[in-house]
Amino acid sequence: MHNSSRRGFMGKAFGAVAGVGVVGSLVAMKKTWDPLPSVKAAGFTTLDMTIYPEGELITEKWRGKPIFVLKKTAEMIASQTESQKKRDVVVGDSHFMIAIGLCTHLGCIPGYNAAEKSFLCACHGGMFNWAGEVTKVPPPRAFDIPPFKIEGNKMILGEAGPEYQAMKDSGITL
Amino acid sequence: MAHFTKATSVKDWLNQRLAVEKVEKVMASEYWIPKNINFLWAMGMVLAITFALLLVSGIFLLMYYQPDVKDAFYSVNYTIMRDVDFGWLWRHVHGVAASVVFLIIYIHMFTGIYYGSYKKGREMIWISGMLLFVTFSAEAFSGYMLPWGQMSYWAGMVITNIFSLGGLHMDGLVEWIRGDYVPAQAFLARFFMLHVLLLPLAIMGLIGLHFAALRLPHVNNQDGEEIDFDAESKKYLAGDKAGSKVMRFANDFMSKDMMVVGIYLIFFFYLVFFQYGFALDPVNFDPADGLKTPAHIYPEWYFLWSYEILRPFSVNIGLMAFGFAQVIFMLLPWLDRSPNAVPASRRGAFAVWFWLLLIDMIVLTAMGKLPPEGMFSTIGLVAALAFIVLWVALPFITMNEKKA
Repeated sequence: MHNSSRRGFMGKAFGAVAGVGVVGSLVAMKKTWDPLPSVKAAGFTTLDMTIYPEGELITEKWRGKPIFVLKKTAEMIASQTESQKKRDVVVGDSHFMIAIGLCTHLGCIPGYNAAEKSFLCACHGGMFNWAGEVTKVPPPRAFDIPPFKIEGNKMILGEAGPEYQAMKDSGITL
Repeated sequence: MAHFTKATSVKDWLNQRLAVEKVEKVMASEYWIPKNINFLWAMGMVLAITFALLLVSGIFLLMYYQPDVKDAFYSVNYTIMRDVDFGWLWRHVHGVAASVVFLIIYIHMFTGIYYGSYKKGREMIWISGMLLFVTFSAEAFSGYMLPWGQMSYWAGMVITNIFSLGGLHMDGLVEWIRGDYVPAQAFLARFFMLHVLLLPLAIMGLIGLHFAALRLPHVNNQDGEEIDFDAESKKYLAGDKAGSKVMRFANDFMSKDMMVVGIYLIFFFYLVFFQYGFALDPVNFDPADGLKTPAHIYPEWYFLWSYEILRPFSVNIGLMAFGFAQVIFMLLPWLDRSPNAVPASRRGAFAVWFWLLLIDMIVLTAMGKLPPEGMFSTIGLVAALAFIVLWVALPFITMNEKKA
C-alpha cells in the first residue's frame, strides 16, 4: 500500500511534467505551420483603376490569387438589378466588378466567356454572371470580394476601406 | 544474466542470443494458412511487394528531387528524367506502382467483402486495412504535389479547400494547412515531408498492425469455414499433411503466393516499360501556374468514385456525401447485421448488394472522369445517390438473412 501510493504519486508527477510538455509542443507545432511573416507582409497590391478597358476581363494577382477586374459597360450599368448594385464598386465615374477569381465551391479559376458575359468553372460546372453572382450550382455563393480601399483613382487590395466594410457588414461578401 | 554455452554452430550461436529458430517457426513454418483458398489470397503479398517497389524507387528519386517551387518541376522532368542514368526507371516504377497499388487494394478490399472476411473476430483486420487505405490515399495525394505541375497545384488547391468545410468557412484552417494564402513554397515543403517521412512511417506501423490483427483469427477461407487451427496443425505436424485443412505459411503457402507475385511482376513491368503513360497526366507536364486553371480538373482514377460523390451536389451536401463515403466502409463489420461469414454467392440479397455496389463504384469512376455536363451529370447524380442508398439499406438487407 505504501509502495503503490508512492508509485501513484510518481506516475502523477510524471503525468504533470509530460502534460506541460505535450501542450507546449503542440503550441510550437501549430505555430510552426502558420504562414510566415514574410508571406503575410507581401499581402498588399495597388491597382491603377484608370487603365482598364470597358467590358474586358483583366486578371490581376493578389496574395497569389487571381483578382477579376471588369470595367462595366454602359449597357451593364443600366441593366443592374438591386442586388447587383450592392456588389458594384465605383472608382471615380467608372463602375467595376472586382472579385477574387476563384470559384467559391473549391477554388478553381472560372473561365470568362466574353460573348455570353458569364463565367464557367471547369472543375465542377459552376457558373457566374458578369456581376459575379451564381447562376448554376455547386458554388454556394457569389464571388468573394477581396478587402479593398479606394484612394483617388487607386485601389489597394488587402486593406479594408469603408466601401468594403459596408459590403462585408451587409453580408455581400465574406 | 541468463546461462550461455559454447556455441556448436553459427545457428546455435544466433539461437542462444536471438532465438532465430523459434522466431522462424512463429512467423513462417508454424504459422498456419487454410488450404481452401484461391489466387485472391495472394493480394496481400502482391501489395507488400508493390510497397517495397515504391519504397526502393522512392529512395532513388529522393536523391535528386528538389522540394523548391522554383526547381521541383525541373528536378523531376529534366534532372531525373534526362540527366540521371536510369532516373526514368525509378520515376516510372514509382508512378506506375502508385497507380497499380490502388487497383490491388480495391481487389483486396472487395475480396474481403465478398468472402465476409471482416466478421467473427476479423474486425480489426478490416479496420486496420481501411486505415491503410486512408494513409495510402494521403500518401498518393502528397506525392502527386511534388512534381509541381498544373495538376499538382490545382489538385492541391481544390483538396485543401475541402478543409474550409463549406458553409463553416474555416479559411484560417486552410491557410494554416498551406502555410500561405495559396499553395506555395511552405505547402510544397511540408507535403514533401509528409510524403517521404511521416506518412510512410504511419503506413509501416499500420502494416504491422494489419499483420498482427491476422494472427489470432487467422486467414479466412473460401467457404468461411471455422477451422480448429490447433487440431489441424497437430494433424499436419504428425505427418497427415493431406488430411489436414491447413498448411505452413512458408514454404507451402509462400511458394504459391510467389507464383502469383511472379505473374503480377511481369504485368507490372510490362506497364513500367511499355504503358507508363497512363500514370503520367499530360496536364502535369506544364509547370504550376496559380493564375491559370487547366480546362478540366480530375483526380487520378482511384479517387474518381469519391470525387463523383462530391461533385453533383451543392457544396455542403456534397461535402457531407463525400465524408459519408470516406467513413462508411470502415463501419462495414457493424452495418452487416448477418452472422453468416460465407461467400456472398450463398447469402441471397447480400450477393445482389455486393454486385450493385461494385457496379455503382465503376459507374461513379467513369462519370468522375467525364466533364460534368448534361447526361453525365445526371448519371453521376443517380450513381452517387445509389451509393448512399445501398449503404443505408445494408443493415436492413442483412438483418433478415437466413442462416447459411
